[in-house]
This record gives sequence, C-alpha cells and structure tokens, in this order.
Amino acid sequence: MNRSTIDLWVGVFVVMGFVALIFLALRVGNLASFSTGQTYKVEAKFGNIGGLKVRGPVKSAGVVVGRVVDVRFDNESYEAVVLMDIEQAYQFPRDTTAKILTSGILGEQYVGLEAGGDAKMLAGGDRLRLTQSAVVLENLISQFLFNKAAEGKDAAK
Amino acid sequence: MSLTTLRARIERLGAGMSSHVWRIGYASRFLFYMLVHSGTALKRFHLTIAEIYFAGVLSLIIILVSGLFVGMVLGLQGYETLQRFGASESLGVLVALSLVRELGPVVAGLLFASRAGSAITAEIGLMKATEQLSAMEMMAVDPVARVVAPRFWGGVISMPLLAALFSAMGVFGGYLVGVQLIGVDAGAFWSQMQAAVDVRNDIMNGVIKSLVFGVAVTGIAVFEGYDAVPTAEGVSRATTRTVVTSSLAILALDFVLTALMFTGGEK
Repeated sequence: MNRSTIDLWVGVFVVMGFVALIFLALRVGNLASFSTGQTYKVEAKFGNIGGLKVRGPVKSAGVVVGRVVDVRFDNESYEAVVLMDIEQAYQFPRDTTAKILTSGILGEQYVGLEAGGDAKMLAGGDRLRLTQSAVVLENLISQFLFNKAAEGKDAAK
Repeated sequence: MSLTTLRARIERLGAGMSSHVWRIGYASRFLFYMLVHSGTALKRFHLTIAEIYFAGVLSLIIILVSGLFVGMVLGLQGYETLQRFGASESLGVLVALSLVRELGPVVAGLLFASRAGSAITAEIGLMKATEQLSAMEMMAVDPVARVVAPRFWGGVISMPLLAALFSAMGVFGGYLVGVQLIGVDAGAFWSQMQAAVDVRNDIMNGVIKSLVFGVAVTGIAVFEGYDAVPTAEGVSRATTRTVVTSSLAILALDFVLTALMFTGGEK
C-alpha cells in the first residue's frame, strides 16, 4: 500500500476517533445541556442538606434553572451554606423559598425554588432567607413513632 | 539440605532480583533516550502516520466488534438486574458509565496490547534478529529515533481514539439491545444517561486512562522488542512477555487511576 492511501486511512481513523469522542461528550455526556450563558450566584443556608451534591440541579416548577456550585459548613451558625449558579434568563423575587427536595422516592436530591411575591428581584450574591431542610428519614420515622406512642397513652387513659 | 545448595539458592535468588532491577533501570533509560530522540518521529511525521495505520487502523475491526458486543451484553445483563428493582430506565446510565469509566479504556487497552503491542515487539525483535538495527547504526541512522520512536508515538496517539470508539460502539450496542430489542423507553435511556454522565469527571477521566494505558502498552512493547534476545526463540518470548506484562500493567494502573479519580469524588 502506498503512502497516500495510508494517509487517507489514518485520516479516516482519526476523524472516526474524534467523532466518537464528540458523540460521547454530546450524546452520552451532558456537555450540550451546559449553558454557557450568564449566571448569577445565590446563597442559601440549610439546617440539613441531606444528600445534596455539588453540580446537583436547582429546579423551579420542575425546570432546571441552575446548578449547585459549592456546599460548605458554616462554623458559626452550624448550618450548611449552599452556593448556587442560576441562569441570568431566570429572575426570582427576593423572598423566594429554597427547599431541598428529592426526585422520586430514592432519586437524587435537588434544590427547589418557589417564587415569592416581592417586587424586587434577586441579584448576584444575595442570600435566600426562607429555606427548608431536607427530610431525614430517621427523624420522620421517630416522629411518627413518638406520635403513635403518645396516641397509645391517650387511649389508655 | 547442605550449606552449599542453600547458598547457591540464595545466590540465584539475589541474581534474579538484581537482574530484574537492572532491567527496569535499563528500560527507564531506554524510554528516556527514546523520548529525547523523538524529534525525528515528529519531524518526519509520515513515519508516525504509517505506525498509526498499523497500530490503529488495523485494530479498528476488532475494537469496533468487541465494543458492540460488550455493549450488547451490558444491555442484556444490566436490564436483567435493573428490572428487579424496577429501575430498567437507568439502563443507559449503567451502560454508559461502565463503558466510559472502565470497560472502554481497559478492554480496548487489553485488545490493543494483544493486537498491536505484540506486533510491535515482534517487528522490532525481528529487525534486531536480522541485524537491520545494527545495519542502521552502521549507516549512522539512530534505530531508536528511526524505528522505535514512531512506533511509540503511533501507539500513544491511536490508543485514546480506539478506546473512545470502543465506548461509543458499546453505548450503541447497549442502545440496540436495551431500546430496540427489549423495549426500554428511548427518551429515558438517553436523558438519564446524559444526566448522570459528566463530561469532565467521567469522559475526560476515561480519555486520560486510555492515554496512560497507551503509553504503558507501547512503551513495554517497544522496549521488549528492542531488548529481545536476537533469536527466533528470543523474539517469541519477548512477544509473550509484552502481552503478559502490558496486560498486568493495564490492570494495575487501572486500579491506581480509579482510586485517584473516582474515590472521594463526592464533589
């Protein structure tokens, strides 16, 4: 085989390899869903974030409007501080509520935003005041059991 | 056991150990020398292109077919397990993550070692046995720069591309079995996959893995060929050693790289 045909085949091979990489990045991975658009940062404090992870979604009405960029522990209030990137296209009132929710029963956890009624909109660096922590299954069960026990006592009286 | 046989055994053990250490040192010196003298391989790039043809293009069929079948098997087995938990929609995640993170680089690396690595060793070993390398030295051509370096770079360039093709074919195979044959919902298959697979953490790490495997496999292959005993038996032994050593190197490196990349990866 002479050199030009080898060059052709190597060219085909390299192009195929890169097409496979692009396929992996765009179709298998989530590169396309990354918006390169402008975002603004919003902070929120939670008593408990459950299993929320960095890069987890921030949703409002089920639509992904941003991503969690940082989770850290505040050593003064003993709360978790969640830093979120929200796309500039989505504006929320300043009294928006942030909740840690779970998609499905065993699904991943995400931050749910519920818009408030304030006329002023959130700006970069703002902190969401109204938050609701993740539901911890153990607490829920123990609460349920305590209630049941209390009911039992009442019934015995 | 008399003292002399005991002493002879200890001496043999020591000699064996020190010859291994000597060989590792020689291999490092050889690979360093080759890296320094890689200028020719990059300047006269058609030499490297010919090696990409031999190592990469000719390995395409085995890589693509194996990738397709591995993906199809993953689709079947994954569905079988996931549907017990009512999570058959996550089939795409399972197929894509196992291929991109592990199976793509590792299986493509093992196939590459046996398909291309052995060929490189046999070729260089035979060139040595037929004194072609000595002839080049006589003509003041450095055989390391002219013969070894292009093969090394050809392999290093080919390997990540082959691994990417393997993974892509595997995902396609999983799609064929999962969606077309079994009937998992196509939208859930792709969207869950896209939600779970991260470009930097999963795909880039897979590419880095395959690049490291490429360096390891071709490095071992060219060294074994260059260091082969220049007889028919020596070349055949060197070829066997290439496949065994590079397969072990891939699996060991895979463990180390996985431990570095994917543990503590809660971020």
